[in-house]
This record gives sequence, C-alpha cells and structure tokens, in this order.
Amino acid sequence: MYKIIVLAKQVPDTRAVGKDAMKADGTVNRAALPAIFNPEDLNALEMALSVKDRYPASTITLLTMGPPRAAEILREGLYRGADAGVLLTDKAFAGSDTLATSYALSCAIKKIGDFDMIFGGRQAIDGDTAQVGPQVAEKLAIPQVTYAEALGEIKDKIIVIKRRLEKGVETVSAQMPLVITVNGTAPECRPRNAKRLMKYKKAKTISEMSNASEDYITLSNERPYLQITEWGAINVDPDPTQLGLKGSPTKVKQIKNIVFQAKDSKIITTEQEIEDLMKELIDNHTLG
Amino acid sequence: MSNFYLDTPELKFHLAHPLMQKIVALKERNFTNKDQFDYAPADFEDAMDSYDKVLEIVGDISANTIAPNAEGVDAEGPKLENGRVYYADGTQKNLDAIVQAGLMGITLPRKYDGLNFPIVPYIMAADIVSRADAGFVNIWGLQDCAETIHEFADEEQQAKYLPRISKGETAAMDLTEPDAGSDLQAVQLKATLIDGQWYLNGVKRFITNGDGHISLVLARSEEGTSDGRGLSMFIYDKNSNAVTVRRIEHKLGIIGSPTCELVFKNAPVELVGQRKLGLIKYVMALMNGARLGIAAQSVGITEAAYREAVAYAQERKQFGSSIARFPAVFEMISRMKAKLDGIRSLLYETARFVDIYKAYEHISKERTLSAEERAEMKSYQKLADIFTPMVKGISSEVCNQAAYDSLQIHGGSGFMKDYPIERIYRDARITSIYEGTTQLQVVAAVRGVTTGGYLAQMREYEKVDVKPELSGYREYLIAMANEYDEAVQKVVAHNNNEYTDFHARRLVEMASNIIIGHLLILDTNRNHSFWKSTDIFLKMAHAENRGKHEFINITNPGDLGKYKVQE
Repeated sequence: MYKIIVLAKQVPDTRAVGKDAMKADGTVNRAALPAIFNPEDLNALEMALSVKDRYPASTITLLTMGPPRAAEILREGLYRGADAGVLLTDKAFAGSDTLATSYALSCAIKKIGDFDMIFGGRQAIDGDTAQVGPQVAEKLAIPQVTYAEALGEIKDKIIVIKRRLEKGVETVSAQMPLVITVNGTAPECRPRNAKRLMKYKKAKTISEMSNASEDYITLSNERPYLQITEWGAINVDPDPTQLGLKGSPTKVKQIKNIVFQAKDSKIITTEQEIEDLMKELIDNHTLG
Repeated sequence: MSNFYLDTPELKFHLAHPLMQKIVALKERNFTNKDQFDYAPADFEDAMDSYDKVLEIVGDISANTIAPNAEGVDAEGPKLENGRVYYADGTQKNLDAIVQAGLMGITLPRKYDGLNFPIVPYIMAADIVSRADAGFVNIWGLQDCAETIHEFADEEQQAKYLPRISKGETAAMDLTEPDAGSDLQAVQLKATLIDGQWYLNGVKRFITNGDGHISLVLARSEEGTSDGRGLSMFIYDKNSNAVTVRRIEHKLGIIGSPTCELVFKNAPVELVGQRKLGLIKYVMALMNGARLGIAAQSVGITEAAYREAVAYAQERKQFGSSIARFPAVFEMISRMKAKLDGIRSLLYETARFVDIYKAYEHISKERTLSAEERAEMKSYQKLADIFTPMVKGISSEVCNQAAYDSLQIHGGSGFMKDYPIERIYRDARITSIYEGTTQLQVVAAVRGVTTGGYLAQMREYEKVDVKPELSGYREYLIAMANEYDEAVQKVVAHNNNEYTDFHARRLVEMASNIIIGHLLILDTNRNHSFWKSTDIFLKMAHAENRGKHEFINITNPGDLGKYKVQE
C-alpha cells in the first residue's frame, strides 16, 4: 500500500472563453468563466486511483490551495475516489506566483506527513507554467518525473514511469518518495461515482460550515468523513516572507490583448520559401 | 463541458413533479435507511438532490463518453469469437464508465448494493443515455431484469444475483425463438428436472446482449403442453459455461447492441418463483418494465433527432437564407418539438404510476397494507397497465416520424454517413418493433378504450384546476373527449371484435392525443415554457382526431371484406 498525495487546482475554464473572458486591464475575468478541476490534475488523480486499484489499501489525499470555494474540487475528487481532501486557504497566500505556491504546498505536504508519491497535473490551464510540480519536488528535496503518461511496475519503493516527450516515449524508474507530473495524454479520470457522491455531497470545510444549521453540525459530528480539512497559513508553519505577493519574485510588467491578424494561411512549396520562413521564425524568436 | 441532463431543462422539470413527494416517501419507507447506509437520503429534499446530482453524472457520461463513441460503435459492432460476444471498443468503454459511476442496479434496494432510486429518475437516465447512443442503452437498460428477480425470485436468489448486477454485471432476457416471436406461447426451449436440478436444451433467437452474465430464460417445463401455461422462468448464470452464441445478427440499426442466437446444451438453471407462471405472470411484468424502457429510448432518440434537425436547419443556407426560416422546414421542426414534449410528459406520467404501485407491491411483502393503500395500489396499477402500452406504442411511432423528418430536413446530406441523423434514423426503426410491435401495444391498449379506462382518466385531468388563460385549451380537450367517446361507442355498438380491432389503433391514437393534450396543459400550468408546444400539439391533435372520427363515421363492419388480404 502507498500513501499518495494529489495536487489539484481550481481554474477558470479557459476552454469556454467568450467575449467577456478578459477584463479591461487584461486580467482574466474569473466571474465570467466557470470554475473547474484543472484537466491535467484530473489525469493525475486518475493515475493515483490506478495505483489504488492495484494496491487497494493505498490512501489518496487531495490537496489544493485557493479561495474557500476551491473546496468544490475536493468534493469532486472525493466523488471520484479520493479518500480525503485538504484545502489550503488564507489571505496570506493571495497573489502567490508559482514559487510562493510551491512553497506553501510543500509546507502543507510536510504537515500531512508521510507519503510515497505526489501526483499533479503537468500544468494548469490558467497559467500554463508547468512549474509548480517541479518546484514542490525541489522544496521537498525529492526526485521528480515530469510528463508521465502511464505507470509500469511498482515494486517496494521503485516505480516505473512512461514519459511522453516531444519526440517519443521515455521509460524511467524512480525512487520513492517522489513527485510525478502527469500529461494530458494519460488516461482520463474516471467519472464521479453515484454512491460516493451521495455519501460526500454534504462534506464541508470549516469556512463552509460557518452558517450551518444545528442539524448539520450534529450530522457532521456523527460522520467525521464529512469534515474536509482546511488549513490556513498558521497551520502549516511557513516562513512568512516566502508567502503570497511578498514571496513571489514574478512581477507582471504589462498584459497585452493579442488579436491575430493573418486571415489566410500561406502555402509555401519551394525550398527557398521554407528556408526564408525558418529564418524569419528564428529571427523573431518564435523558434529557438 | 456539455451535459445531456443539464442542457435539457425539461428533464429537471419532470423530475420535480409534485407527485414525487409521495413516490419518494414510499420508496424510502419514510427514510428509514438513513442510519444504515451513508448514501441514503435523510429526507425528501435530500433524495431529490441526490437524483438530480446523479442524473448530472449520467448527463456527463452521455455527452462526453457515450455520444462521442456512438459513431465508432456503429461502424465496428460487436464480434463473435468461439461462441462468445466481444463488444465494440466504444461499447466496452461506455460500460466501464457506467460501472465506475455506479449506475447499475439503480432501482434495487440498498441491501443489494443498489441506489434504491424510484423508476422516474431511472427512466430519466434511460432517456438521457438513449439520446447519446440508442444501441448502448439496451445493454445498460437490461438491468430491468434485476427488477424482475427482485420481484419474483426467492431471498437466496436475490442475495446471490442482485449485488452482482449492482456491481456491473450485465443481464439478458431470453424469450424469443425462431418460431416464437410475438407469440411467446409457442416457446419450445426445453427445461428438464433431474434430481432436483433444472437443465435447459434448445435454441433462443434475437436475444439482446445474449452473452450477458445473468439471463432470465423462458422455457417449457411441462412436458406435453403447448401453450403459455406450460412455461416457467429460469435464471442462467454465464459462469456455468453451457450456452454458446451461434450467431450475432446483422442489423439495420442499434448495431452496438449484440443480438444473439443462443444454443443451450444441458445448461443448469434455477427456477424463478413458481412453475407454469413464467409467461403469464413473470414475463408480463418483465415486458411491462422493458416497454417503459423502450418508451424512454424512443423519447431520447426523438430528442437527438430534433436537435440534429434544428442544428442543421440553422446552419444550412439555401436561396440566401438558413433553411430554418422556411415554413416547410420550421413547421416540421415545431411539430417534432411539440410531439417530443408530449411523449416525454406521457413517459414520466406513466413512470410515476408504475412507481407508486410497485412501491406498494414491495411494501405489501413487508407488512399488510391498509384498505386505503390497497385501493390506491390497485388504481395506480390499472393506470400503469393502460398507460404502458400506450406510451410504448405512441412514443416509438413519434420517434420514427421524428427521425424521418429530421433526415428529410438534412436533404441529401442526411442520406450520407456524414451526419449522425443517418445512424439515428436506422436506430429509431426498431423501437416500434421490439418488446411488442405497435400493433401488439394496441392490442393491450385497446382495453383502456373499451373498458373506459382512458376516458375516466381524461375526466380526472379535466377536474384539475388550471390558470384561467389555459381554460380555453381545457374546453377544447373536453370537446375532443366527447368526440372520442362518441367514436368508441359507435365502434363497440357493432359488438364485432374484428371490427373493433380494425379501428383499435385509431381509437388508441385518439385517446393518446387527448391525454397528451391534458398533460401538456398541466405542464404549461407549472411552467409557461410549454405553451407553444401545447398550442401546436392541441391544434394538430384536434385535426387528427376529427379525421379519425370521420373515418369511423363512414365505415361499418361490412367494409372489412374489402380490406382483407386475398388468400
């Protein structure tokens, strides 16, 4: 059996981008886009569940950092087979870039304690950085395997992983504990399960319980699985200077709206034209 | 992310029908399960919220797994290897998703690992899945067999088989044979009792999902008999390995659903319930459930056909305009929508009737029903008995018409494999044939005509209060009911069964037009968005009934000779 942590993020569904997806200042208009479970994090959850299928005594803890409403994706994960959820939420985390996020997550992971594998999506569809997984591994000083597509043999503390790279597939074996970031080409996550949904639909974080009825509080005490763990900064004992805006070296200088202007595609046929195009692409740093 | 439940608000509307309060209370025995099972509801709102959220899962899998797989499944179909069936790749993926989502054993009690849902949300799931792939719904919908096992098999058999179905094993109902199709009394498959163990020998044909894990089999247990009274029902477990699939039929539609010819060789089986009641009691119950399922399938296919028609008509430009703007096209589309709303309303009305009487039936095994409860059970059972053949017959015909019209709107493109309507059109065709042809539904439904059952129910609908702006429609329907009654009296006055049968379909259709009209008014009364369909349907129904009434007026038994096929 293995102890597994899955990192997940609630993101605006950038695939549903409409006219009002951006605000005038060039930032994402989160209110106009539905909040969803980051797609590659779902691939990561599925990979974790596949380990649990093989070793049913394994446990999966889903960890997310975000505003209180990110508890939605924790319930979503419970419906699909995760055993527990942890929400990391605090005003102190606001404005975190990937480094500050990775730091906060690594603190929470230390607090969760013992683990064998950490899975996460390759990247989130809002930022597309693919930095958080690797940075978490660095913060925890453990190995990382990125672009995972499938798992091979798992024996004792060694795991075989198939990686999807640009020009092919690489199979590696790695030592646990480790971080694995999962590619979108990995199997899609299984659906929500009806019975699990009915069991966990009333699960809430402490913030969500703030205006709960007496009846609900009684129920929640009788059924501890309805209590979703919620931690603020204070619970994970971080270095305050590495949190939020303060801990984020990324400074946004400017955001521009890009409108694609080319209307027709160009068809090139001669060697010379291809060479010219390559040169142009290299010169303007599209390639290389 | 598209979702076939959330994108069709009519479904939520029907789920929220006022009668659900009673249905849920009965099904949940006043919520006594809540302390035993962590997924049991605590009260009515909790139960309804669970149905809603689980249907959202069904809508998600339907839109994002089953529908995208439909084309590939239709092209590939199931395969037969060494007497075993292998589903098309997409079918297997659909089934995996359904099983992972825990959507088998939906109506079974929790003690058998079921979800203990009423028929209404189960039928709604069938409606949604059918829109995605009408062939797949057959494999999934055969969980109906579990309901029959639950109703008639003994405790031990229930405990043995039902949890297996809840966990994802598939089922089959093995009824028809080469010489026993519509006429099941002619079933020949031989059941022999040797030292307390039953064995089956013989052949079954046209068996949907014939290689399923658990099969209900109709066989002749009484040697020397030749009618329905010599037939019993048995459970066959695939693990016995004594039935082989000889052939998978090559079909026009629902290609993903394997239709099998089965050979039983000394297949060990268990008797269900009592000997000799196989056809007359158990198959009748099984078929009623299956007919409601086919009605749901028909509604789902109609939804798919309607959506394809709207999408194509809006996108296709001819003569400088989208063809949806032409009266010839929008008339077809609006008629399709009015009928779709109508048959869906009839479907859920019937499902509610079935729910109430089935719940009472199960409760009656736990305790004695009060006289009042017994009377209520009987009255809902009577309604279910006349509504089930009506909704199966009418909705399957509407479904075929919708598929035809939708393909027509696509023009030449619809005739090609480039658009889904070509598959939908082929899939639709079976709905008015299997689980009893429309002609056989009419044979069952005409009892509702001759005994006055439909008329009595129309009179009940007339008594329900509606908003003043709907009273005009109500008056319209009262006049139609009088006209219908007149036509019925005129036919039965001849006291000639052959003549009654000659007009039976017409009379059942007249009755269904009026009943659907009432249901649409009641829907509009609850939600104004149905008013267009109500208006369109009522005018169409009124004109149709007028024509049928007129035809009955100008015929008499003496005309029958002219219609008969020369021998």
